[in-house]
Amino acid sequence: MDLAVKRTLLDASHMQRVMRRMAGEIVERNRGVEGLLLIGIRTRGVPLAEFLVREIERMEGKKPAYGILDITLYRDDLSTIAPQPVVKESRLPDGLEGRRVVLCDDVLFTGRTIRAALDALMDYGRPKAVQLAVLIDRGHRELPIHADYVGETVRTTTSEVIKVRYAATDDGEEDVLLLDRE
Amino acid sequence: MAKSGWQRKDLLGIAELERTEIEAVLATAASFHEVATRPIKKVPTLRGKTVLNLFFEPSTRTRSSFEIAEKRMSADAINFSTAGSSLSKGESLLDTTRNLQAMSPDVLVIRHAHPRVPHQLAARLDTSVVNAGDGAHEHPTQALLDAFTILQHREQLDGLRVAILGDIEHSRVVRSNVLLLRKMGASVVIGGPYTMMPRSAEALGVDVAYSIDEALEGADVVMMLRVQTERQSRMSIPSADEYFALFGLDRARLRRANEGALVLHPGPINRGVEIASDVADGRASLILEQVSSGVAVRMAVLYLLAGGAS
Amino acid sequence: MSSVSSVIRASGALLVRGGRVVDPSQGIDDEVDVLIGDDGRVERLSGSIQVGEGVEVLDAAGLVVCPGLLDLHVHLREPGQEYKETIESGSRAAAAGGFTTVACMANTVPVNDCRSVTEHIVRAAQRCGLARVLPVGAISKGLRGEELAEMGDLVSAGVVAFSDDGRPVEHAELMRRALLYARHFGLPVVQHAQDMTVTGDGAMHEGPSSTRLGVPGVPRLAEDLMVARDLLLAEETGGRYHVQHLSSGRSVELIREAKARGVAVTCEVTPHHLLLTDRDVEESGLDPNFKMNPPLRESADRDALLAGLLDGTIDFIASDHAPHHVDEKLLDFVASPFGIVGLETTVSLLLDRLVHAGKIELGEMIRLLTSAPAKAFGLELGSLRPGAPGDVTLLDLEREVTVDPARFQSKSRNTPFAGWRLRGAPVVTVLAGRPIRVEPRPER
Repeated sequence: MDLAVKRTLLDASHMQRVMRRMAGEIVERNRGVEGLLLIGIRTRGVPLAEFLVREIERMEGKKPAYGILDITLYRDDLSTIAPQPVVKESRLPDGLEGRRVVLCDDVLFTGRTIRAALDALMDYGRPKAVQLAVLIDRGHRELPIHADYVGETVRTTTSEVIKVRYAATDDGEEDVLLLDRE
Repeated sequence: MAKSGWQRKDLLGIAELERTEIEAVLATAASFHEVATRPIKKVPTLRGKTVLNLFFEPSTRTRSSFEIAEKRMSADAINFSTAGSSLSKGESLLDTTRNLQAMSPDVLVIRHAHPRVPHQLAARLDTSVVNAGDGAHEHPTQALLDAFTILQHREQLDGLRVAILGDIEHSRVVRSNVLLLRKMGASVVIGGPYTMMPRSAEALGVDVAYSIDEALEGADVVMMLRVQTERQSRMSIPSADEYFALFGLDRARLRRANEGALVLHPGPINRGVEIASDVADGRASLILEQVSSGVAVRMAVLYLLAGGAS
Repeated sequence: MSSVSSVIRASGALLVRGGRVVDPSQGIDDEVDVLIGDDGRVERLSGSIQVGEGVEVLDAAGLVVCPGLLDLHVHLREPGQEYKETIESGSRAAAAGGFTTVACMANTVPVNDCRSVTEHIVRAAQRCGLARVLPVGAISKGLRGEELAEMGDLVSAGVVAFSDDGRPVEHAELMRRALLYARHFGLPVVQHAQDMTVTGDGAMHEGPSSTRLGVPGVPRLAEDLMVARDLLLAEETGGRYHVQHLSSGRSVELIREAKARGVAVTCEVTPHHLLLTDRDVEESGLDPNFKMNPPLRESADRDALLAGLLDGTIDFIASDHAPHHVDEKLLDFVASPFGIVGLETTVSLLLDRLVHAGKIELGEMIRLLTSAPAKAFGLELGSLRPGAPGDVTLLDLEREVTVDPARFQSKSRNTPFAGWRLRGAPVVTVLAGRPIRVEPRPER
């Protein structure tokens, strides 16, 4: 499938500003880092979570707890994919009980990934609350799921694709691109 | 999303696998290993899928391992033990195939006393087939779990010297292990009494030793095989005691292997026959780890087979 | 034995005209005509025989004319296992394969260990009249290897040899007495030479392939032990000893040595042991149609068998035609029964893979299917000498055929050669002057 770049939604500096704002909102709403646990959803939610963790540490002088969640085993579309996606380990700190979990992902679209992440999370324990942080909300929800922290809301058509690049994982490129299937 | 590269419908043997496919299973198994550490050891991945465990030969261990793997994946596991039923003898493969097709399982796990029965069923069925042991031919999940277990303690299989010792001729685990270890760059020596060695042992492409001490020399990993002590094997060994004295793995013998050599055994073990208790329970022994590895590997195999475009 | 030819009715004179007659029994390889008289026997061979009205003429131009072929090792399964084969379907298969004479083994149900079973076989064969069916009587009652069968009674009923084929005679003393007793009748004692204690539950040759496949093996030694023992017994008793379906190169050596010592031993080899090996079993993915007893062995054995055939150690070729119902071969390899059919594939296999491949002369191949087996069993067959039974097989050396089990005349389909494309085929089979099968000539 060939994808053509239609336009840049966020450039590097704008993206940084947006993520810093999200970090601030998370700390504000949860009143500090006590009991806070940021979880990146593998794969594209991990760099966002890592950025937010660093930013929160810079603001608060204390690092919030952090983990990675692999949701492959919880997907509801496995039987339509061949070959199977690679399963990777989840890495979560012990004991979710009493924690305020912020799930982090790059793009919120149908909501199915978040549904799977919630199912996966519940198998690890019972957090006090679960919130959702996404860099881009592009609409077209298929499930009643809503983000608590949104970097940018973008109107898209279903044929369009959003690509998020992080400096840490994409050879220094950092931006959000809107692409279209030709 | 990263794809595993696994394209096969079935897992019938190690013989047909590429090295990359073996690596894919082992990498996937590592992820499933983590599931066993969770408070809730169950994931919904195979919800609504039916896995039929069809055992033409009794095997509590392998069947239980598959069953746990299936249940942890939320599959509906159905056990079909055929010992003594019409399926166990005489029913043609065609009829067996038709019967199974009518039950429309998603995965068929099959153990049979005769070589290549799973292969022949797989060729006639749309269902995914996992070979859980076809006579003394292949037992791929055992070889994969052994490799997985070793890799929990060693960086890689490449360059390792592995000694497989015991009743080579009748073992259902040795061929798959030899194939896998060689594909992954390990060197293998098989050893045991003359009476338990196949006539053309060199056809397996390994070194052959007829003394346990010689086979252990320089080994990084020692795999002991279960010895049948029933009457019919008395033509091969006069007694369990004599077997232990001449071919059993005890601490003194183990010193001939390399420092820190790992000890594996597919189980169930005969203490004081092929392995001394202090070795079986010692630091080098990975026998219990093999059991937990078995579940992770089988989950990985089921995951790779049971999804895919249907 | 004059009795064997009187079985078949003649139907009037027949002239086989214009073919290349190859009759090793007379050293003939020449374009001559063959006239078979009203009595169903060869009248004469000579160039351009003129005949009047009323003599049927068979145009053999471009074809090889040879004595009717003999397969002295077949299983016709009647009585008792008619779902696998009958004397009639087996006779049809023989005729389709160019054979005019077959010797059928005694392992029927009940066993051919008494006159009534032999007579049944003789009568049934006469009724269908498509081949000379020569019964082989059991060595021991019920093939149990315990007591001798009533050999004299069997001989008077028409058996041409004794064999417990399928069940080797394990008991050395019984074998010794069988060889001695059979001397009274001048008939060979025919052994399926295999030591069953060494065989165990083996299902294929014990070698590299069985080791890789984890299939229980039948070692060469199983055959070698029995052949070695029997050769000593034959030497000791002076009896006529025949070894069936040799598979082991070592056994060929043993027999070569024994023949040099003057032991009265003969032996046979099958086309499949000459053409296939255990690697073919492995490459077939353990197809039950590659399972037979003795098993296909290694290339060194195959080569030794061919060498033994060429130097005269091995006396003749026989198919060990062993029909099994298609359902029985639907089992897996280990569970399925031993045996493959051979009557309808033997000639094309030998022509294509041995004659056209330059490994064996045409005349030699014909000898191995005519005068050689006749001589080994003491039969007055396999020759076009004047006065001999008028059995003739016509071969088209260039006819291309594809082995198609669905088109077999045999009731069974168990062959490892399905789909093989072969050059050379039997096209006409004449029994006692009567053309019983004529393959239409292809349009040229």
